[in-house]
Parts: sequence; structure tokens; C-alpha cells
Amino acid sequence: MASAAARIKETAGRKKPERKVRILIGKPGLDGHDRGAKIIARALRDAGFEVIYTGLHQTPEMIANAASQEDVDGIGLSILSGAHNSLLPRIVARLRDKKMGDVVVFGGGIIPDDDIPKLKKKGVDRVFTPGTTLQEIVDYVRERVRPRK
Amino acid sequence: MYDRKKVRKISEDKRRWETETLARVLSRSPERQSRFSTVSDEEIAALYSPDIMEEFDYGKQLSFPGEYPYTRGVQPTMYRGRLWTMRQFAGYGSAEDTNARFKFLLAQGQTGLSTAFHFPTLMGYDSDSPRAKGEVGKCGVAIDSLKDMEILFEGIPLDKVTTSMTINGPAAMIFAMYLAVAEKQGVPFDKLGGTIQNDILKEYIAQHAWVFPPDPSMRIITDIIAYCSDFVPKWNTISISGYHIREAGSTAVQELAFTIADGIAYVQAGIDAGVPVDKFAPRLSYFFNAHVDFFEEIAKYRAARRMWARIMKERFKARDENSWKLRFHTQTAGCTLTAQQPMNNVVRVALQALAAVLGGTQSLHTNSMDETLALPTEHAATIALRTQQIIAEESGAANSIDPMGGSFLVEKLTDEMEEKAMAYIAKIDAMGGMVNAVKRGYPQREIADAAFHFQRLVDAGAKKIVGVNCYEMQEEVPIPLLKIDEAVEKRQVARTREVRRKRNSKKVTSCLDALKEASLSNANLMPLLLDAAREYATLGEICDALRETMGTYTDPAMF
Repeated sequence: MASAAARIKETAGRKKPERKVRILIGKPGLDGHDRGAKIIARALRDAGFEVIYTGLHQTPEMIANAASQEDVDGIGLSILSGAHNSLLPRIVARLRDKKMGDVVVFGGGIIPDDDIPKLKKKGVDRVFTPGTTLQEIVDYVRERVRPRK
Repeated sequence: MYDRKKVRKISEDKRRWETETLARVLSRSPERQSRFSTVSDEEIAALYSPDIMEEFDYGKQLSFPGEYPYTRGVQPTMYRGRLWTMRQFAGYGSAEDTNARFKFLLAQGQTGLSTAFHFPTLMGYDSDSPRAKGEVGKCGVAIDSLKDMEILFEGIPLDKVTTSMTINGPAAMIFAMYLAVAEKQGVPFDKLGGTIQNDILKEYIAQHAWVFPPDPSMRIITDIIAYCSDFVPKWNTISISGYHIREAGSTAVQELAFTIADGIAYVQAGIDAGVPVDKFAPRLSYFFNAHVDFFEEIAKYRAARRMWARIMKERFKARDENSWKLRFHTQTAGCTLTAQQPMNNVVRVALQALAAVLGGTQSLHTNSMDETLALPTEHAATIALRTQQIIAEESGAANSIDPMGGSFLVEKLTDEMEEKAMAYIAKIDAMGGMVNAVKRGYPQREIADAAFHFQRLVDAGAKKIVGVNCYEMQEEVPIPLLKIDEAVEKRQVARTREVRRKRNSKKVTSCLDALKEASLSNANLMPLLLDAAREYATLGEICDALRETMGTYTDPAMF
């Protein structure tokens, strides 16, 4: 690990140090299956992202509000209740209402393959299906999510 | 149990075997792994032999089926007398849809019903609540009022079947609706058999469908216990559930420990509410997971029976033998099923179901192969039921009682499981019991840690999942999935609104007012909930009324 002094030196050359990427992990809907959401929140935190977890039973409005208050760059949504076709597009719409349409929205859970193209069309950037490794998700976030201006 | 001299001789022989026979082979070809462990990551030795049983006391540790401490089974005849109840969890769409699935399953030889409610019902919201949008009928059946409950059990005589209902936060309200249906069918309450899950502690710990905070929720539970012990004596008032704890990622020991600790909390609450222990304890039942590690699971069920018997007899001084017996339902582990190569799930379920049977379960749900993708199709649900029937009728597993008893491995695992779970229980006791432990987030954090640890092992390839991190296939063969018609929501909302129009709203209001008032006193809420159900007060209205006086609960969102 680089020493603190070395890190200061490293960032001193830049005009503005890039802030940490902020990710909101959200649990929309009424289902209580938070095993995946919590594991992914931990993995992203361990990978150096700043992670905020909404907790369970969130409405689309609650998630969009949290995203705006926390000024996040990406949102990971975990849903296992079968209500993804209704809830995920509503979250994207609420974000657009708040002029946060550039926030990267991704998701996972029990989502049949057939539903994925529809969700992508409605603004969900990526849907992870069961069996995805934590590393794949970390790599995706690292590559795809940048601090918003 | 064994002659000490002979056991010592066996120990010596074992050491000789290790240094001569085994070592010779290991020097040429080492074992496949440096360490072997269960799915819970408990280390397993290469060989178990009689030396582990030197101190083993057969009468104390095992005894006979139907006798204390019931390690070998709660009934003297077990499956030679009657097979376990084949009880497939079912519920989707509208009450009509689920009623049809119930009748189909009964026609296929299923012997009990088990109801899955959709999330709005589980959380105490009506289908027309803004919180329910997109969720109606998706993960279970939509029940808003007595009207839906009447349709759900239409043509199913409630004195002829036993019904299990997976309902917790609003268990008392849904149970009241069930009682009201029984009245309409002319079935007296003392003829009703079945179970409400009604295990709120594991909701805070793992499953997360709650309505009220912990303390008022515990009060409602004791109201149900007291009411049933007087009026619905054959009803199982709580199904103390480890299933969801395990699904949330716990180890086998954690599942066992936290579930029994929940049981201890309920017994204590019943006693504190003034109900004599032997009046309600025989109607408590358990619900465990059947996970993928075969021997660990069998040991878990055996340890659970022995622990509960000892706790009830020694800690709570119960005198009725029926208070000592841990009867349990089992469901195979949903979280072990894979979306990849889904047909393989049939095999996983068969192995898990066999472990439950060898562990002496009283009833069993076998998952369908398509459940990582959607609710089961009729075809997939039929194969799941047939899996149980093959175990029962063809495998021979039901011929002899506790056939794994005496296995050096299984006895050792059973002892270790009990010892480790009791250590957890001592820790929880030191926190002031499970209600306090839950408020502190203790079991929640232990489970999250275990879940994370396991995922790391899978990602590192240290734990293998066929089709996921080994033996993968590029081209997957898709299987047909059940789709819930979006029109279900519209129809359900319309029905509930019609119920509200047609009923006597003055009576409903006075029922709800009476409930609120009673909730501020020590009065038992059950009779008032029954009144409200009879008048077609909706679940959401009843819960809203009580939310005013009892408060709400939000997820502490720890990770």
C-alpha cells in the first residue's frame, strides 16, 4: 500500500483530485431478500467505492430521493419479487425527473432473460443474472461508472 | 457405549492405519484438497470411527423413537406408521388461480395445503395501495379481505385438510379471515388443523416482511397463543423457522441456534403472558431448511430434536411429553438452485429431500427446478411432488427409523452441532434473549458475515456449484416459465374496491375503532380481529388502524 505522503504527492499534481465513485445499492419493492444486495454492497465497499445502502422496501420515489441526496454516480438495484418490469423503469423515470438521467442504473435478482431487453430499452444499463461473481460486478462498476460532473 | 478397552484398541489400530496404510498412499498421491469442509465450512475428517464414541451414552444421547430426548424421532413408528405430510407451498395470482393449483395438487396425492401470499399481503398492504403497484399476485396469492379468502378455499373442506399459511407480520389478521371462512363452511374451530408461521423474530433476522416493531409484534403473538389454546386447540400457533435464516446465508449451526433461540423467546413470552407452558408448547412446531450438505443437514435435525427436548424439560420445566417433542416441516434450499442448467435442480432437490427424510421430518416441501427464475409451472411443481413420492415409495428410506443413527460421522456431527448451537444460545441469553439480540442486530450481522464468506469461497472456487463455477455450458437450454398476467392486479384492485362498496362501512369503522382501543390495553386482540374479518374489513385497513397505535418498523439497512 502506498504511504499517505506518497498518495498526497500523487494527487498533488492533478488540478482536482477525482472523488470516490458513489454507489447506491437499492432494494425496490416489498420483497425481503437482501442477501445479494448486502453482499454486493460489501464487495463494492471493499473494492474502494463509497457505498450507500437504502435498506428494504423502497418505493421508486424513495430510491430517487436517496440518489439525489447522496449525489450518487451509479445505482445497483436488487429485486427478487417479480415486480422488476414495473419498478425498475419507474426508478429510471424518477431519476430523469430529477435531472439525474446520467446516473448509471444496473440491477440483478430473479429476472428472466426475456425481460432483460425490455429493461435495457427503458434505461437499465445492465442486468446481472444469478451466478455472477462479485468480481464481475466490481469490474463493471469500475469500468462503467464515473463521478458525475 | 463401547467397551473402553476395545475402543482404545480401535484407537491404536486407527493410528496404525494412519501411519502405515494411509500415509503410504498419501505419499504417492495426496488428497484432492488441503482441507475438506461442509457447505457451512466446518472441517470434516477423513474418517470417523468408534473412538469418538468412548464417552457416548446411548440412553442419554439417543434413546428410542418417541422417547426423550427424541434424537431418533418424535414418534415410535415414524414413517412405518404414516409417511410425512407432502405439503407443497403454492400461491400465485388471484385467489381463483391458487384455488385451482390447490385442487390440482390435492388431486396429485398431496396431503396438506401450504399457502404463499404475495408481498403486499405479507407486509399488511391492500392490493390497491401505492406500495403494492407491480407486486400483485407476483410472488404469491393476493389476499385483501375475507372475500378473497372465501375464494381461496372454495370447495376445500377445512375440516378435511390441514392448511399451513406462511404469514408473519399480519398473521393474526389472516388467521382471523381463515377462522371466518371456517365459520361460513360450518366447521367448528376445534376441528381445524394447520399452522400459521407467525414467527416474527426471524422476519427481523432474515425474511423481512413485518408490519409492527418487535415488542407489539410479540404481544400479538402471545394473543394468538392464548386464543388458540382456548378455542383452536389443534392449531399450530407458531412455525419457528430456520428456513429463511439459512436462505439469508447463515451456516447450519447458525440456523439451528438462532431458530431455537427464537423458540425460547416465544416460550418465555407465552409464560410471561400467563399461559401455562404445557398448554401451548405442544402446539409450537419448527421449520428447517434442507440444504445441500447431506450429512450436516441430517445431523442438524437430530441435534434440533435433542436440544429442544432438553430445553423444554430442563429450562422451562415442561411436564407434558408433547411439549418436549420438536416436530418440524422442511423445505429444500431455494438458494442452492441454479439458473444455469435448471434441470440439474431436480437432482439437488432430491438429495436435499432425502436428507430431510433421513432426518425425520414431519412434513416436506420440495422446490421446483424453475424457482430461481420464476414461480413454478404446474409441470415443474409436479416433478417436485413426485420426487417426494419416489423417496417415500421406492427408495426404502422410509422403512427403518433414523437409519443414519449410529453412523460415526453423523453422531459426531450431531454432537458438535448441538455444542456449537448451545454456545450461540448462551451468548444470546447473555444479551437478554433474542428480542434484544435482534434489536442490536446481532443475528443479522452474523448471517451477513457468513453469507459474504460463502460467496467469497464460491468466487474463489473453494466451494463448487455445478454449472456456475464448474462444468459450465455455453448454450443454455431454456425451460418454460410461469408468467403472472398483469391483468391480475387490475382485477384484484377492482374486487377489493367492490368489497368496500358493498359492506356495512359503519360496522367496519366501529370494529377498527374497537381494535385500536383494545391495542392500548391488555385485551386479547383475536376476537376483535375476527369481528373485523367477518365485516370484510380489509387487511390494509386493519393493519393501518393498528399502525396508528403500535407503530411501524423500518430496516436498519446494515451491510
